[in-house]
Amino acid sequence: MPVEPTSVTDVHDGLRATGYLPGESTALVSYLATKLGKPILVEGPAGVGKTELAKALSKYLGRDLVRLQCYEGLDEAKALYEWNYRKQLLRIQAERQGTGWDDVQDDIFGEEFLLERPLMTAIASSEPVVLLIDEIDKTDQEFEAMLLEVLSDFQISIPELGTVVSKSHPVVLLTSNNTRELTEALKRRCLYLWLDYPELEHELEIVRLHTPELPEAVGRKLVEVVAQVRDLDLKKPPSIAESIDWARALLLLGAQDIDSKVFADTMSVIVKHRTDLDVVAERVGVKLSAPAAS
Amino acid sequence: MAGRLLEFGEELRGEGIAIGTSELLDAFSALQHVPWTEQVDFRETLAATLAKSQDDRRVFELVFDRFFFRAAELAAIEEGVREEGGISPDEAGALDMEQLRRQVAQAVRDGNQALMRDLARMAIAAFGRQGEGSGVIGVDVQRIRRSLALRTDPQPELPQEDPRRQGLPRDEIRRFEAMLRQELERNQIERTEQLSPARPLNELDRALPSGPLQDLAAVHRVVAQLKRRLKTQGNEQRGHKRHAAVDMRKTMRASLEFGGVPAVIKEKPVRPRRPEIYVLCDVSTSVTSASVFFLSVLHALHDSFRKMRSFVFIERISEVTEIFAKERDFKAVSEAIARDSGVADISGYTDYGRVWSEFREQVEDDLHPRATVIVLGDARTNGRDPRADIFAKIAAKAGRTFWLNPEPRLYWNYGDSVISAYEQYCEAYECWTTQQLEDFVKALTRPMHH
Repeated sequence: MPVEPTSVTDVHDGLRATGYLPGESTALVSYLATKLGKPILVEGPAGVGKTELAKALSKYLGRDLVRLQCYEGLDEAKALYEWNYRKQLLRIQAERQGTGWDDVQDDIFGEEFLLERPLMTAIASSEPVVLLIDEIDKTDQEFEAMLLEVLSDFQISIPELGTVVSKSHPVVLLTSNNTRELTEALKRRCLYLWLDYPELEHELEIVRLHTPELPEAVGRKLVEVVAQVRDLDLKKPPSIAESIDWARALLLLGAQDIDSKVFADTMSVIVKHRTDLDVVAERVGVKLSAPAAS
Repeated sequence: MAGRLLEFGEELRGEGIAIGTSELLDAFSALQHVPWTEQVDFRETLAATLAKSQDDRRVFELVFDRFFFRAAELAAIEEGVREEGGISPDEAGALDMEQLRRQVAQAVRDGNQALMRDLARMAIAAFGRQGEGSGVIGVDVQRIRRSLALRTDPQPELPQEDPRRQGLPRDEIRRFEAMLRQELERNQIERTEQLSPARPLNELDRALPSGPLQDLAAVHRVVAQLKRRLKTQGNEQRGHKRHAAVDMRKTMRASLEFGGVPAVIKEKPVRPRRPEIYVLCDVSTSVTSASVFFLSVLHALHDSFRKMRSFVFIERISEVTEIFAKERDFKAVSEAIARDSGVADISGYTDYGRVWSEFREQVEDDLHPRATVIVLGDARTNGRDPRADIFAKIAAKAGRTFWLNPEPRLYWNYGDSVISAYEQYCEAYECWTTQQLEDFVKALTRPMHH
């Protein structure tokens, strides 16, 4: 059932209800996006819930999620549309005799022979959708330029068919891990949202939501340790998803406290580079209390 | 209010944020959906529409605070309103310092903002009483913070119930400092009944790692650009053709399935080109000031390229690829290089001739036309033979060779600089600021003429 939010608090509560705990600016920017019909550019380190936000939004707004995963070398054929070449060929073969060229030509460039790719699906859909363009920074600038038409006018021109104009306004999210600067033109068309690692209390709430059975004290200790680990200069600081994984692991082990032994045994859940492991063991592991003798 | 917003936009532009009319229009249309009176919402709305990167966001925060704080104060002066309440200096004198310290620490640990603001005023009053004000707000803030003993690291010597024992959260301390600063500014304005002149934010306020050449963040940004350019090099000529290369053999084979009709077109796979980079970096004393910059370039390059080998040299050459692969911290890297590489023999002067021949020995077999060699150095041979002939052979084997010289072009070929001997075999660039590094990256993308 499509939902139309009427205030920031609506969005905030709605996202919470889907199991996503938004920060103060997240709810606000999402609300603005639904109101203004502008895409959101979400940037931030890996694993802070950029993609999750899109999923939560689609769940909350009651819209389908259309996802376009970007990668190096992604081109129009994979993102917009492609002619179904095989079908066209078979069609021509089937009517080889007695059909004039004009008839065939009109026929084989019809919607029947069009393969819709994510952007096309989002625009042509009769129901409003949430369009997620994931990791836009992985593509090249040419692709970005092509996106501009789609994002500002919500239309796609197909030479053989004409222009497909969106029937419903999709909510668009673009995510970027900041591996390169996006072009000014693209940024200009978007609302900007920077997602960072959450504050202590916020992360504690997230962890608790996912592992309600974890003892309160362990949960608090966990987010404190994770915050300490993030402060170090690591190759890959632990993400929220990894905090949750760690909480689950501790729950399975039935840990009642995070002491130095438990930490040494389980830290590979949150730290995944060999060099990082050494740094963390040396800087954080030693600060924790020794296991209680039992 | 609309006028105020435009002024605010103007002020942001003054700090170097690119704000076009479209951004301002967005801000206005966004504000129609958000109550202006909610401070957090108002601020976030403006930030989402005006500041389009994290750097911009940081500047935005500073300008926002300054702009609206000043606006409010100006209004207060015009209306003749003075801040009511607070604590009079006489009262403050009676305060027990130790108790105040503990209260502040408690409030900071709990993140209680309202209490923090009250305590900030109290602290200022208490210290003003002691006559320690220096007249410079930044200095006062640090003095007050120090005498309040607000520290992030644990202080185990304190009694058990003291909130400072475990150390205090850094963010909250920073917030408290900001409050101190605001209160001090307010005091100053109240005293003089006028605003201090607005000063542009200097680079330091933006909290970037600064220093004339060692702007690490900027170097990393430029190198990220360099990476993209090198990767796509040579692809531009191929244009649309790159997906049209049909593999006839495979297509014929696949067509058997459809009775000889080529229904499935098999294309030749596109193999992305992997750049291979060799970087030689001079770390001798004649380029001391530049070598920090060069090392940070090396450091940034290592973040971006996997197929890269780096060497440092003075009299002889030493491969440091391993060190960069192991160490993440820039400081640790430079220490490790100074300690382990052992490139200085006796004199500590660069010996280019020896460096070339050693380099050639080490990598000759690996060099091929797809490799790029980048030399960072000042080409000052200290009177030794430049051996440009060996350098020419290296340049001939590698695809492209670049020389980045940390000296202004004016000094090239004066004294013992022999850059002209090398310049005929490579492209040489003047490079001692991030701007020039950027220019070099741009030059890289120009099509090759061979």
